[in-house]
Amino acid sequence: MTNRFSAQRTYSVARKEFLHIIRDPATLFFSLFIPVFELFMLGYAIDTNVRYIRTVVFDAANTKDSEDLLRAFENSQDFRIVRQVYSETDLSQAIVAGKARVGIIIPENFSRNLEAGRTATIKVVVDGSESSIATAAIGDSNAITLRESLKRIFGERQVPMDVSPQILFNPDTRSANFFIPGLMVVMCQMMAIMLSANAIVREKENGTLEQLFMTPVRAGELILGKLIPYLVLTFVEFCTILLLMRIVFQVEIAGHVQTLLALTLPFVFTMLGLGLWISTQVGTREAAGQMAMGTMMPSIFLSGYVFPLDSMPAFFWYVAQIFPTTWLIDAARGVILRGAGIAELWVHSVVLWSMGIAMFTLAMLKFHKRLT
Amino acid sequence: MLEQNRNNHKLTIDARGVTIKFGTFTAVNQVSLTVSQGEVFGLLGPNGSGKTTLIRGLCGLLPLAEGAATVLGQDVATSAESVRTHIGYMSQKFSLYEDLTAQENMDFYSGIYGLTPREAKERQDDLVDMSGLGPYLERRAGRLSGGWKQRLALVCALLHQPKLIFLDEPTAGIDPVARRDLWNLLFRLSAEGISLVVTTHYMDEAERCARVGYIYMANLLAIGTPHDLKQMPGVTPPGTRWLEIFSHDSAALLEELRQRPGVRQATIFGQSVHALVDEDQNAATLGLDEKHVLETEPSLEDVFVTISRAQGMAAK
Ligand SMILES: Nc1ncnc2c1ncn2[C@@H]1O[C@H](COP(=O)(O)OP(=O)(O)OP(=O)(O)O)[C@@H](O)[C@H]1O
Ligand SMILES: [Mg+2]
Repeated sequence: MTNRFSAQRTYSVARKEFLHIIRDPATLFFSLFIPVFELFMLGYAIDTNVRYIRTVVFDAANTKDSEDLLRAFENSQDFRIVRQVYSETDLSQAIVAGKARVGIIIPENFSRNLEAGRTATIKVVVDGSESSIATAAIGDSNAITLRESLKRIFGERQVPMDVSPQILFNPDTRSANFFIPGLMVVMCQMMAIMLSANAIVREKENGTLEQLFMTPVRAGELILGKLIPYLVLTFVEFCTILLLMRIVFQVEIAGHVQTLLALTLPFVFTMLGLGLWISTQVGTREAAGQMAMGTMMPSIFLSGYVFPLDSMPAFFWYVAQIFPTTWLIDAARGVILRGAGIAELWVHSVVLWSMGIAMFTLAMLKFHKRLT
Repeated sequence: MLEQNRNNHKLTIDARGVTIKFGTFTAVNQVSLTVSQGEVFGLLGPNGSGKTTLIRGLCGLLPLAEGAATVLGQDVATSAESVRTHIGYMSQKFSLYEDLTAQENMDFYSGIYGLTPREAKERQDDLVDMSGLGPYLERRAGRLSGGWKQRLALVCALLHQPKLIFLDEPTAGIDPVARRDLWNLLFRLSAEGISLVVTTHYMDEAERCARVGYIYMANLLAIGTPHDLKQMPGVTPPGTRWLEIFSHDSAALLEELRQRPGVRQATIFGQSVHALVDEDQNAATLGLDEKHVLETEPSLEDVFVTISRAQGMAAK
């Protein structure tokens, strides 16, 4: 007797799995709610552009020149003067106490040096414990003093050279535009892996898998039927974040949404396959959760979601390329921010589909309809 | 005539030297048994003796390390998939979906077994009628009481009209009334020509089986009708006989009997004590009132205790 692929059996499994989802509203709620919560957190609270650095000032010169310079610092919006002190010790203390990240010391001879045509040096003390702030503070203070110097040299005359920066894509350099596409991908990844790993492991734990193995259902039908509802759920999630990003955070989608969805499909497949593979390796939901976390962490850190790939050492850059997350995040930013289409992203598409097929095949090979 | 006879007694299960291992541990050792059509076969044995493992092996869920088994005319090693379409299986642990209703569980298994909606409806109606599940169909399976859970599990295992059903401790933990109802169901199935393999720890259930097999530490020590087993020479060695002795304090009597040299073995059996004694022993030699002592045949429990003990001795 031959036992061919049966759509009816696949449908039965999918229907049952769908019932499990709606019977467990807590899980459904949290898997949809947590990403939305994170979205709002990232969208509103986190700004990686360094602005308004808390600054303490010791103005020993106390002249009009020094006041002008300090005003230039404040007007830049890079610095916010939170405190005036009257000795270097007080200034250091303010920084040690974390009251300020930067200290500006204007020496007593500041105006005299200026008038005499000597270089008037100011001292900028930077708290290096937060490297991104330190770097920004040094760069910004250099730029401000340079600008002020040029004003003095050229006065009303034109400056011989200038840069006119034009920021393509994300002109306000808002963090939300950088983070949300990545967040979408990472959340989908988490959801797809967790759901698919749990879907099989739960049946192992409850002993229902043994009962299923006694039926004519084929491994392929079981897997397909189980994963279809989770594929749908993951896409619902993805589209929800996409919608909120557009409406609440006003991030324009420069490219086509279809392109993005078409690239997301193989990605979700890969992640569902990965979850499936995990479920073949472990017997409890707890272990599955740990294993899922273990595989997810490096892909989140190395995918360029938080830390830019370009500044990684070559070795890690290569490692990052094996994560599908890296590819989809890059593609998502491409579509949303740069308006890239399939013409620009076909390599991503090929890579993502290959990874999806490879992962799924591996998981299927590991999944046997037999007890061990 | 002869040919027809053979067909009537076609073997549903024919296991020959079945051995199942977990790594180096042998959970089932060289078990041979047969079950014929319509027979209720009981599988008994202490915890961990290998009953569940044997059943899983016969269903093709576990590979056989040695030996072979033909189930419903097909070799389980090579055609497990097609054998399974004709087998019903009720595992020891309740294994339906607790968050789905009874009806949804039935619908799921109907779909999995490829029943058309019409077949499913008819079959479900029949089985619900037979089992009396009617009032509980909309209840989540996890909220059913033990007895109804087992009936639901049985119904789900019967949807595809199997010719053979394995029931692994179907009556564990359910009340006596539910137990009797379930057995009545099983006998009805048997009368329809369905073969049943039932594991149990209850001796009264074993007595109801057409044939029983007793597994002890992975080995099948005895197989036959309950009557045959009681006649086994090892159970009543030459020169001994079984006595049933009534007493108002059977525990004290048991202690006393165990001290006596002519008593080889004694166990409490409800209101009385079953004792295996030397032939020359009687009420008088044992110092008991003649009215309270009867010659009896061993109970199934006596049989199992005796042969387990003998096996234990042999192992040492
Ligand atoms: N998956 C497994 N891996 C390793 N050992 C196992 C496995 N399943 C069962 N065993 C062992 O095989 C032996 C037989 O177990 P089995 O479950 O067949 O006993 P049983 O007769 O059904 O007992 P019970 O009456 O408690 O149900 C036990 O020692 C058990 O620990
Ligand atoms: Mg068992």
